[in-house]
Amino acid sequence: MNATETLAARIERGDRTALARMISWAENGDPRFAAELNALWPKVGRAWRAGVTGPPGAGKSTLVNELARVERTRGKTVGIVAVDPSSPFTGGALLGDRIRMDDRTLDPGVFIRSMASRGSHGGLARAAASACDVLDAFGFGTILLETVGVGQAEYDVLDAADTVVVVLCPGAGDGIQAMKAGLLEVADVLVVNKSDMPGAERLINDLTEAVHVRFTKRAWQVPVVAASAGTSKGIDDVLDAIAAHRAHVEAQGLEAARRRKRVEQVRHSVSEQLAERLWGPAGLRERVAAQLAEGASPHAIAAALLEEITRGLAKPAEARR
Amino acid sequence: MQMTTKKIRVLVGKPGLDGHDRGAKTVASALRDHGMEVIYTGLHQTPEAIAEIAAQEDVDVVGLSILSGAHMALFPRVRAELVKRGMAHVLLTGGGIIPMEDMAALESQGYAKLFGPGTRTEEIAVWIQGEMEKRWKAEGAQ
Repeated sequence: MNATETLAARIERGDRTALARMISWAENGDPRFAAELNALWPKVGRAWRAGVTGPPGAGKSTLVNELARVERTRGKTVGIVAVDPSSPFTGGALLGDRIRMDDRTLDPGVFIRSMASRGSHGGLARAAASACDVLDAFGFGTILLETVGVGQAEYDVLDAADTVVVVLCPGAGDGIQAMKAGLLEVADVLVVNKSDMPGAERLINDLTEAVHVRFTKRAWQVPVVAASAGTSKGIDDVLDAIAAHRAHVEAQGLEAARRRKRVEQVRHSVSEQLAERLWGPAGLRERVAAQLAEGASPHAIAAALLEEITRGLAKPAEARR
Repeated sequence: MQMTTKKIRVLVGKPGLDGHDRGAKTVASALRDHGMEVIYTGLHQTPEAIAEIAAQEDVDVVGLSILSGAHMALFPRVRAELVKRGMAHVLLTGGGIIPMEDMAALESQGYAKLFGPGTRTEEIAVWIQGEMEKRWKAEGAQ
């Protein structure tokens, strides 16, 4: 191994250790990451990215493992990014998704990376999309992006994935849950996992009904797929549904769809980094606390701050240095 | 330096035929509570699998738990597999039912430190943090 060889060059010749290190750079906000990704950028965009999201315990990891297994039998290579939550108190995390993906560990056509959410609240880690870019450049044909167990309003996966698979399971709410705004609306494919359990048929019916009633005007009809990842049932159906969605998106114009998502990624990235600069260790907390102690109202402080920040943004970049 | 988001990533592994993982889980939880990102492999892992996971996850630390008595066979194999994957730099540690003389032997074979029964989890966490601080400081100074 040439010590001066860049990570990008090593990734281009299939070095998995370099791939792993580059994902770490993305996670750590390492200043060297941007240049390496730029070097790889022409190779990004060949993979199909399926996001897998749903409530805790719905069986996301088990399903991802099964999807990867069957994709391999279809001759595809698979990169997996699995996100678990970081503790809001200690910043630590226990990353346990890959325990369910044990059988894939030694397959050279699979690469699994666990990621802690590190303070992101949208169900992904800040670096998740970048990790997908790196896996894409490395040459994996299918990328599976598993979110943390989500509630009803974590949608970051929408902008990071080409196809969003929402996994639900019976026994976790009735038809009214299916009618609420939120998770269901971001789904391109709905999977009822654990479909051999009581209540599955009812859930499938409720979801099918909800999809038909609510999304009649959409060009893509969201399929409701029954599966049981634990017993390897319905996995082909899920992959076929993803493939059908892919064909639909490609027919509608893939480049435009991806560009819309990239705009959102840039927006996320900027607002998160801005928030950290404003409220992180060297941020404004003490100043705001002092103003509050002087008797100012939260509303007035916020208005003044916003004014100050917007004025700062209006200045040319050079002047701020 | 904008390195504020760097976290210590630890792999807690259970090599071989050993069905007892309460200790490994206790240590994994304690390290998490000390702010580390901990990947737990689950039971019955081969040395190849542990090394491959460590490589994919780009961990800083590999900690093995073993209660079966096979440490002298398995620990050196895990290290060899790590080296094969360009992961010779990881901080290697572990614990379990390991006699003192075996500990000394493994510590001369690339295992930085091994912990026996009765160790407080805090001690392990603080030791790892101290070691990683030293390493990152040395890297930064280069």
